[in-house]
Amino acid sequence: MTVLSVLTKSEPPRERVATSLPGHAPWPRVLTQASYQAHPAPPNPAHPAQPHASQDPPKSASQGVNVAVTRHTLSVLVENKPGVLARVSSLFSRRGFNIHSLAVGPTENPEVSRMTIVVAVEGLPLEQVTKQLNKLINVLKIVELAPAQAVQRELLLIKLRSDGTTRPQIVSIVEMFRARIIDITPDAVTVEATGTSDKLEALIRMLEPFGVRELVQSGMVALGRGPRSITSASSRAD
Amino acid sequence: MTQGRIAESRQPVMPQPIPTPSPVAPAARPVEHLTGAASVVRSLEQAGVEIVFGIPGGAVLPVYDPLLDSTKVRHVLVRHEQGAGHAATGYAQASGKVGVCMATSGPGATNLVTPIADAQMDSVPMVAITGQVGRAMIGTDGFQEADICGITMPITKHNFLVTDPAAIPQTIAAAFHLAATGRPGVVLVDIPKDVLQSETTFVWPQDVHLPGYRPTMRPHSGQITAAAKLIAAARRPVLYVGGGVLKARATEVLRQLAELTGIPVVTTLMARGAFPDSHIQHLGMPGMHGTVTAVAGMQRADVIVALGARFDDRVTGQLSTFAPGATVIHADIDPAEIGKNRVADVPIVGDAREVITELIAAVSAEQAAGVVADLTAWWAELDQLRETFPLGYDWPADGSLSPQYVIERLGKIAGPDAIYAAGVGQHQMWAAQFISYEKPGTWLNSGGLGTMGYAVPAAMGAKMGRPEAVVWAIDGDGCFQMTNQELATCAIEGIPIKVAVINNGNLGMVRQWQTLFYGERYSQTDLGTHKHRIPDFKLLAEAYGCVGLRCESREDVDKTIEAAMAVNDRPVVVDFVVGADAQVWPMVAAGTGNDQIMAARGIRPLFDEE
Repeated sequence: MTVLSVLTKSEPPRERVATSLPGHAPWPRVLTQASYQAHPAPPNPAHPAQPHASQDPPKSASQGVNVAVTRHTLSVLVENKPGVLARVSSLFSRRGFNIHSLAVGPTENPEVSRMTIVVAVEGLPLEQVTKQLNKLINVLKIVELAPAQAVQRELLLIKLRSDGTTRPQIVSIVEMFRARIIDITPDAVTVEATGTSDKLEALIRMLEPFGVRELVQSGMVALGRGPRSITSASSRAD
Repeated sequence: MTQGRIAESRQPVMPQPIPTPSPVAPAARPVEHLTGAASVVRSLEQAGVEIVFGIPGGAVLPVYDPLLDSTKVRHVLVRHEQGAGHAATGYAQASGKVGVCMATSGPGATNLVTPIADAQMDSVPMVAITGQVGRAMIGTDGFQEADICGITMPITKHNFLVTDPAAIPQTIAAAFHLAATGRPGVVLVDIPKDVLQSETTFVWPQDVHLPGYRPTMRPHSGQITAAAKLIAAARRPVLYVGGGVLKARATEVLRQLAELTGIPVVTTLMARGAFPDSHIQHLGMPGMHGTVTAVAGMQRADVIVALGARFDDRVTGQLSTFAPGATVIHADIDPAEIGKNRVADVPIVGDAREVITELIAAVSAEQAAGVVADLTAWWAELDQLRETFPLGYDWPADGSLSPQYVIERLGKIAGPDAIYAAGVGQHQMWAAQFISYEKPGTWLNSGGLGTMGYAVPAAMGAKMGRPEAVVWAIDGDGCFQMTNQELATCAIEGIPIKVAVINNGNLGMVRQWQTLFYGERYSQTDLGTHKHRIPDFKLLAEAYGCVGLRCESREDVDKTIEAAMAVNDRPVVVDFVVGADAQVWPMVAAGTGNDQIMAARGIRPLFDEE
């Protein structure tokens, strides 16, 4: 699967902080023209933080730091056609919206691709960005995935300086985080980890002291919890 | 973003995934074998295209060969691709049909960028067909290569790069469908030269396959009811009418709604003609150069009913002080316009004609239930403003000709059946203010983008779309010098438009701002058209095979206009030499609130009153 990540210059991945994402309308919140009419004034309640999935490892020390704007995760189904990614990403930049991360890849339907876009916007701009996205002819459907009602994962590959003395400590941290060592040489190891931003951030903080040689991280991908599928009928008509 | 583009290009680019044609009986529709270029021409014929404005060139050349044999599609050879684009826009605005322009790759296509952006901003239905370098050359910086799909992505409703000749009919069908439906806009179809040269088949699709495109036409009944309750009970309501009402052909129902409720109407720059200027309920145009009454009416309203309007900054002035007491009902076919600038209390997504039709029924029901607000006090207030601050102008102190007088007389003599296409600047505002528009499709201008040079080619297109109508381009001497090469097209193709050049020797609107806000320091606004008479517009017109006239005094105005009206076999250009210091009033200075509207310099009736 081709997973691409587009990170804004102003927000390097290493400086991410775990945010308290407010709860939103119950999943799935399908952001279409029709639902817009049904929700003339979308609520933007400042709910307390939602509990994270129990399988997540211990939270990092950065938990609870406030950021100015809230991040929202949008799942966007698009027609699998050349240029669609450019249409979506250029729309964000020209309308002045900040993409935190963007991942795109195929779905079970070869004609449909799925983008997972994490945007840093508040209520009204979020509504505007989804309406602008809906205007793109190749966009089929937009669903906001509230964190409590979705599983969210990012992929991290991190290459560390490591020799015989530090390797056991690294292995122990990697096991604690249910990560894996995928490449090893006498003076380096490469670790693969998947998880939420919080977990990966915590892992990076633990591994940083050993010396990071290289690091790459994907954008977030997410699926709603439960049996429902947003791709079952991949048109706005449903 | 670079990562994404590179990675994405790894996906197979060709052949482009083809939308599945609808499964209809193939026996009923014979398959034609032809070239891609002939398929383009057949598709244009099937789409009902009568006129294409364009210029041939290397990459698009294959299309021009079968075009020579088409008996249905007339091609008008323009002198610059910008002229083709504005002509297609004028054609579309005057006729209500989709305008079509055509250009070759590279510079031909990039010359279309300005009119494409212009038409898209004003929601004009237009299809642009461009040639592209061969598929194998794409991405190599080939001769006359420009990534026109990439360039026009932010200024089109959609665009297509056709990589499979068999996809030409369905792509062009989709382009026309997208351009004309929902919120109209521009669709560009870019076709590589080798695709045009390939042998292919032609099957005109029965319907288009656009799974991600379903514009909402019918409004939500609950929203209509909520709006009707507000409208019926409002004490100080205003109908804020925008260009969407013209696009939706909703002018008749608008009049019914206005007369049913007795609510005052304002028509934006894009909506002039949507409601008769002579109607007693019409307050005029709102905005930066609107009437004091229209601006005050919106500022003091308790309910604003926005119909196909988008709360543009030229209408609202400083947004934070715009209509502070108003509850906003905002109806638009484009949900992204609702709440974009001003929060809508009652959003309604739908086609303006359907919205207004349903509002009439719902408001009638409210009225039948006894909810009828008394608007007497509101009208008394507005009428007093109308009497105190009518539109007007002073004659220049230096004895020169008043441009407002010229435009006013032109409107009176040519009348409400003529079509008026303006450029951008002072003359545009005066044409919006001092001509009475009674009918839809009689006022064409570049509202959103503000494109100087729009008038002459747009008038040319309008005349092609409505040959029976008298078409006047009202242009400034600055604007006119940007696109007057299309006079050659008009003269040779037999398109007898009339051009009034309101020649004040300057870039007048910029000069006005320099007078008001830059201490009368006139930097780069004197065009020399007075001082040096370069060019001599009368001689220029004659050189282009047009009749050239000049008028420099008040007593000559009527007879010059009448002389121009009498010429019907070729274009006429009238050089109206007017004073350089006439100004557009009223005015809301940029960055100030609408309460600060100045009826004339230093006179702020709404602000001073408070």
